[in-house]
Amino acid sequence: MSFTATMQRELLLAWRRPAEIINPLFFFVMVVALFPLGVSPRPELLATLAPGVVWVAALLAVLLSVDGLFRADHDSGALEQLLTAPQSLYVPVLAKLAAHWMLTGLPLVVMAPLLGYMLHLPEQAIGVLFIAVLLGTPTLVAIGAIGAALTVSLRSGGILLSLLVLPLYVPVLVFGAGVVSYAAKGLPVSGVLALLGAMMLASFTLAPAAVAAGLRISSGN
Amino acid sequence: MYFESFAAFLQMGTHGPFVWSAYGISALLIATNMWLAYRRQRLVLNEIRRLARRDQGSL
Amino acid sequence: MMVWKTLTRWYHQLGSPRYFYRFSEVLLPWLWPIALLTTAVGLVWGLAFAPEDYQQGNSYRIIFIHVPAAGGALLGYVAMGVAGLVNLVWRMKMAEVMIKAIAPFGAVLAAIALITGAIWGKPTWGTYWVWDARLTSMLIMLFLYLGVMALINAIPDPRQAGRAAGLLSVVGVINVVIVKYSVEWWQSLHQGSTIKLTGGSTMPAEMLTPLLISMLGIYLLFAVSVLWRARAELLWRERKSAWVKELV
Repeated sequence: MSFTATMQRELLLAWRRPAEIINPLFFFVMVVALFPLGVSPRPELLATLAPGVVWVAALLAVLLSVDGLFRADHDSGALEQLLTAPQSLYVPVLAKLAAHWMLTGLPLVVMAPLLGYMLHLPEQAIGVLFIAVLLGTPTLVAIGAIGAALTVSLRSGGILLSLLVLPLYVPVLVFGAGVVSYAAKGLPVSGVLALLGAMMLASFTLAPAAVAAGLRISSGN
Repeated sequence: MYFESFAAFLQMGTHGPFVWSAYGISALLIATNMWLAYRRQRLVLNEIRRLARRDQGSL
Repeated sequence: MMVWKTLTRWYHQLGSPRYFYRFSEVLLPWLWPIALLTTAVGLVWGLAFAPEDYQQGNSYRIIFIHVPAAGGALLGYVAMGVAGLVNLVWRMKMAEVMIKAIAPFGAVLAAIALITGAIWGKPTWGTYWVWDARLTSMLIMLFLYLGVMALINAIPDPRQAGRAAGLLSVVGVINVVIVKYSVEWWQSLHQGSTIKLTGGSTMPAEMLTPLLISMLGIYLLFAVSVLWRARAELLWRERKSAWVKELV
C-alpha cells in the first residue's frame, strides 16, 4: 500500500470513531488539571512546575493512544495481510505513524499553550512550549509505536508497553521540558529546539524499520 | 594490611556501617544471582529427564 | 585474512547450540573458580590493603564494588544490543539465548550500582539520594533492563520472546547514549557543579590496581552467570533434539 492510500484509510477510520482522537486530548487536559489541585494554586509555584507537568501529561497521553495503534489491524487480520505482502513495510508504517500523530499528537500541540497559560507560564515561554511539543510529540509517537508493535499480540499489552517505552521517553522529556524552562528564564533556546527537531527526524526515519521488524516478530514470521 | 588492627578494619574510621552494608547487600545479590543461574540448568536437566522417563513409561 | 577466517569459524561454531554446550562444559569448571578468586582478590585488596582516600576517608572503598557493577551493567546492556542486532540481521538462535541470559545479572548489577552509590552518597553528600547525572542514568538503565525482562516474561514463545527482547535492546542501546547526554545537560540546567562521587581522573596506582582487578572479577562472574543461564535455556529449547536426548 502506498503512503497516501494508507494515510487516507487511517484518517477515514479515525473520522468514523472520533472518540479515539478526543480521549487522549481529554486525558491530557485532566492530568494537567490535577496538578494545581494536588500541589497548590500558587502562580509562581505552578509556573516552575508547568514545563514538566505539561510534558509528563503529553507523554502519558501519547503512550495511552499508541497502545491501540496496531491492535485493531492485528485483530481484524489486516496486519497479517500487510505482512505477507511482498513489498516492504516501511512506507505503510511511516504513513500510519504520520496519520496517528496528526490525529492524536496535533490536538495535544494545539492544547499545550492553553494549558501553559493556565499554569501561569511566563508569556515568552508559551511559544517555545508550543514549538517544543510540536517537535517532540512525533518522536514520542515513533518510539511508542516500536513498543506497540512488540506488544500487539499480548493480552496485557498496556502496562507492559509503558514499562518498555517510558525509559525511552527520557531524552524527549528532558530536552522538551528543559527548553521551556530555558525560555522562562530568558535564555537562548534555538540550539535545544534544533536538537528536538533532529531527534524527531531521526526517530521518524529509523522507527518505521524497527516497527516493521517488531510487527514481524509479534506475528511470528 | 593498611589498617592497624582487625577492629580498625571493621570500623573503617567512622564509615564502617556504610562500607560494610554496601558490600553486604552486593554480596547477597550477586550470590543469589549466581546460585539461581547455576540451579537453573540442574532444574532444566531434571525436568528433561523426567519428561524422557514419562515418555518411556507410556510407550 | 587469517584472523577473519578464525573469527567467522568461531561465530559459526559457537552459534551451534551443541558446540556451545560442549564448549561451555569445558570452560566453566575453570572459569568460575577463576572468576570467584579474581573478585575476592580485588575486593580484599581494595577493602584491606589500599590506602585511605585523603578527602573521603574510608567510605571511598565502596568504589571497588560500585564502579565494577556500573561498568558491568553498561557492558551487559551493550552486549544485549549487539546480540539483538546479530539476531535481527542473521536470525541467529544463540543471540536470542544470550539476550535472555544477560538480562538478569545486568539488572542485578545496575541495582547494585544504585544501592552502593546511594550508601556512598550518605557520608559524601549527607543524603542517600541525589539526582546526580550518573545515578540518574543508572536508574534509567535499570528501568531499561526491567523492561527487557518484563517483555521476555510476557511472551510465551521463547523464540519470539528472544527476538522481541533483541529488538528492544537495540533501540535501548541507541537510547542509552542520548539518555546519558540528556541527563548531563539536565543536571547542568538545574544545579551547578556537584561534588562527584568518583573524584578526578587521576587515581594512584595503589587504588587503581585493586579496582581493575575487582572489575575483571565481576566481569568474569557475569560471564559465568551468562553461560549457566544460556546452557539452561539451550537445553530447554533443544529438549526434543537428538543431542540433548543423548545427553540425559
